[in-house]
Parts: sequence; structure tokens; C-alpha cells
Amino acid sequence: MTEDTTGRGLPLPVYRRDDVDAHPPLFSPGYRSTVTRAPRQPLAHLPQRLTEVTGPLLGEGRLGDLDHDLTRQHDGSPQGQRIIVHGRVRDGDGRPVPRTLVEIWQANAAGRYRHARDTWPAPIDPHFDGVGRTLTDDQGRYRFVTVQPGAYPWRNHDNAWRPAHIHFSLFGRAFTQRLVTQMYFPGDPLFFQDPVLHSVRDPMARQRLVARYDHAATQPEWALAYAFDIVLRGREDTPFEDGDDDE
Amino acid sequence: MSDRLGVTPAQTVGPYLSIGLHWPDGPYVVPEGTPGAFWIRGRIVDGTGEPVVDALVESWQADPDGRFDHPDDPRGARPPRLAGFRGFGRSETDDQGCYRLLTVRPGPLPDPDGGTEAPHLTLSVLGRGLLHRLVTRLYLPDEPAANAVDPVLNSVEAERRGTLLASAAPDGFRFDIHLQGDRETVFFAV
Repeated sequence: MTEDTTGRGLPLPVYRRDDVDAHPPLFSPGYRSTVTRAPRQPLAHLPQRLTEVTGPLLGEGRLGDLDHDLTRQHDGSPQGQRIIVHGRVRDGDGRPVPRTLVEIWQANAAGRYRHARDTWPAPIDPHFDGVGRTLTDDQGRYRFVTVQPGAYPWRNHDNAWRPAHIHFSLFGRAFTQRLVTQMYFPGDPLFFQDPVLHSVRDPMARQRLVARYDHAATQPEWALAYAFDIVLRGREDTPFEDGDDDE
Repeated sequence: MSDRLGVTPAQTVGPYLSIGLHWPDGPYVVPEGTPGAFWIRGRIVDGTGEPVVDALVESWQADPDGRFDHPDDPRGARPPRLAGFRGFGRSETDDQGCYRLLTVRPGPLPDPDGGTEAPHLTLSVLGRGLLHRLVTRLYLPDEPAANAVDPVLNSVEAERRGTLLASAAPDGFRFDIHLQGDRETVFFAV
């Protein structure tokens, strides 16, 4: 412990701070739950120190063989349109984020979650849990096989329906890069009335949450495919990084 | 850097986060029975004082020696000497809005400005109604000397600093998280 008494000059990577419009404002009253849950005080500035520029590099030991294939986790096949969802995870400078844990969860084809508090009258599918995990490969690529989730009603406003979506959770390389988001499907007619998607104010940023139909990635006579690329925060250029370009 | 990419925006985990984010071993930053281990427990409450039953707390911290097993620690990645130390914890809130994490005291950390950071955990709070994760820090009440010179604590206005301090509890510490209200926890942009 004698070697670490001072950190002066410790060369830490610096992650670029997000633009104001990059993420939804926490207080977005169109999404009613934010009214009692979004903090009212402005966020304080947290310098990026050792705890923030490091983070859990987990996953290898946590994955089962079929965790990436939500259609093969039971004896029978789930109902619904089988789809492949794949993409690349990169940082804001285009660098792949390799070997990072990607967790997803979703409703079944009828729009019902396998959760005790989801009680709307759509059927549970005994062959579908709606949860998947995988690690990105060395190029930052990931791939899931699942079924197209259904839309479902909620009580946010009169006759409110969530567009079909898949929840995504990513760790990245550092605590600063942690991201939880949702992937939507192109052309969904329910977008116009959804306050969660529209909490992202910048239309360009909103578009980044919508997957692209990817015919080239379909599996003939088996599954359609969607591509959803994910971008985590990039780093500031620092002298430290010059020697750290690990290709 | 003309070819910067726009980051993917955050979205809420929604009410059914436990489907995707539940880990049976989530709350165990260290295995049960680890010498020196203690529980951090707390409740998350919203602006009306109601417990938040559909949230998740994640923690990240240094090991007891103040080291990280991570390539971006410029002192070098070092596997923890404490067997089973993961550094990371994850706990959904229960039907009382309570989370729990079993961990050990992190070591102090050198600060690039030449100071020393007091032992702390960095926390993410995710939940229904939270469109982006909330970030806060947890400090320990029995480290008054270290806390007094911690640069992050000192950057927070004095009257709100206490929201970042856990309190002593029978089996460890208690750290409630107030999303709004008179005792609103200090949350950070990182």
C-alpha cells in the first residue's frame, strides 16, 4: 500500500460528457411516472475518477448456452414471428466495444410480460420467458434470436399503448458508459402517442432507437431480421490514449 | 474527430425490469461469510413518500486495498486479494421499496489532483419513471476524517452533503434514496 499514497498526475481516460439533448430529460411529464420520481434539484457535477472510469467487466461465467436464443429456452417453441436482432456496440468514436454484457427483456407476441404485476388480459406463453443475455464479440457484435414482441396498453393516458419494444441493458467498459435503453421497430403506428420514445426530444436521436429491417441477415424459411446498432459514450482525446489504441 | 457517432439515448427500464436484470447473486458484491462483510440496506422513496417497488440499485467500488481489476486503472489492473470480491452489486427493490447489498469496505483512492477520495461506492438507480439512470455516491459515517477531505463530498453544498452519508445499522449501514422532496438525494451527472 505504500506505492499509492498520492495520485497526482494519474493518467485517467476522460469520457466525453453527453450533449444536453442526447438523453431524455428526467422530468418529462408526458410520461406521468416521472412527475413523482424525477429529481427536482439540478444534477451535481461528478468528476470522472478511478471509480467512474473503471467498471464491471462481467459476463463470461454468467451465460448459459441458450441465453441468446429466447425461442429455445423451453421444450416447445414460443408463439409469434421469429426474428433475429443483431447489431454492433461501438463508442462515440466508432471503436467497437468488445466482450461486453448485453441483457435484453421483452413482452411476448401477445404483448404480455411474464411478471406478476403485468395482469392485462393477454395470454402468457408457457414457452417464452422474454429474457436474453449475450456478450459482444471482439468486433462488438451481438446477436439474439427471439419473437416479435406485441404492443400493450398502459395507464399513462387515455387509451395509451406502448409500441412494440425490446429493453436493452449494457455495461460498456466503464461505469460512465452504462446504458439502459429500448429498441423499437420501424414504422410502428403507435409511435405518435408514446411519451417514452418522445421523451427523447431530438428527432435524430430518437431515430437511433428504431431498428432497421435487415433482409440480408434473415434466415431463409426461418426468421426475419432487424439490425440495432448501439453507441456508448466516447472518450476525449488525451495523450494517454495514443499508446492505448489496441487494435 | 469529424466522424463522431451520436450516442444511443437512454430509456426507462420500465416496471418489469426484474425479468431482465434479476441475478440470483446480484446483491453479493462479496460471497456470504466473507470476513468483514456487512449489509447496506435502504429504501427508495418517491416525491410523495411512497416506496419505489420497481427500481434497481447497482453498486461499483474499489476493493479493500483501493484497487480495481480493470485495464484503465493506471496503477495496473490487479485481481483482488479478497476471494470472491466482484466489486459490483445489483439489487431490485422489494415490495417495500428496499434494496440490499452485501459488501466490504472499499479502500481510499488517490485522486489525480493530488488528494485522496474517501471510501465510497458509486451507485446507479434505475426504475420505472426514470428515463435515464440516476448516479449517486455512498459514503460511510465512520470515516469522518477521510470524508472531511473528500473532493467530491466537498464539491456538494454543505446542507445536502448528508444525503450521501449512510448511517450505522445493526448488520452494516443504511442508505435511503429520496428521489424528490426535502431530503432529495444528491444525484450526479458523470
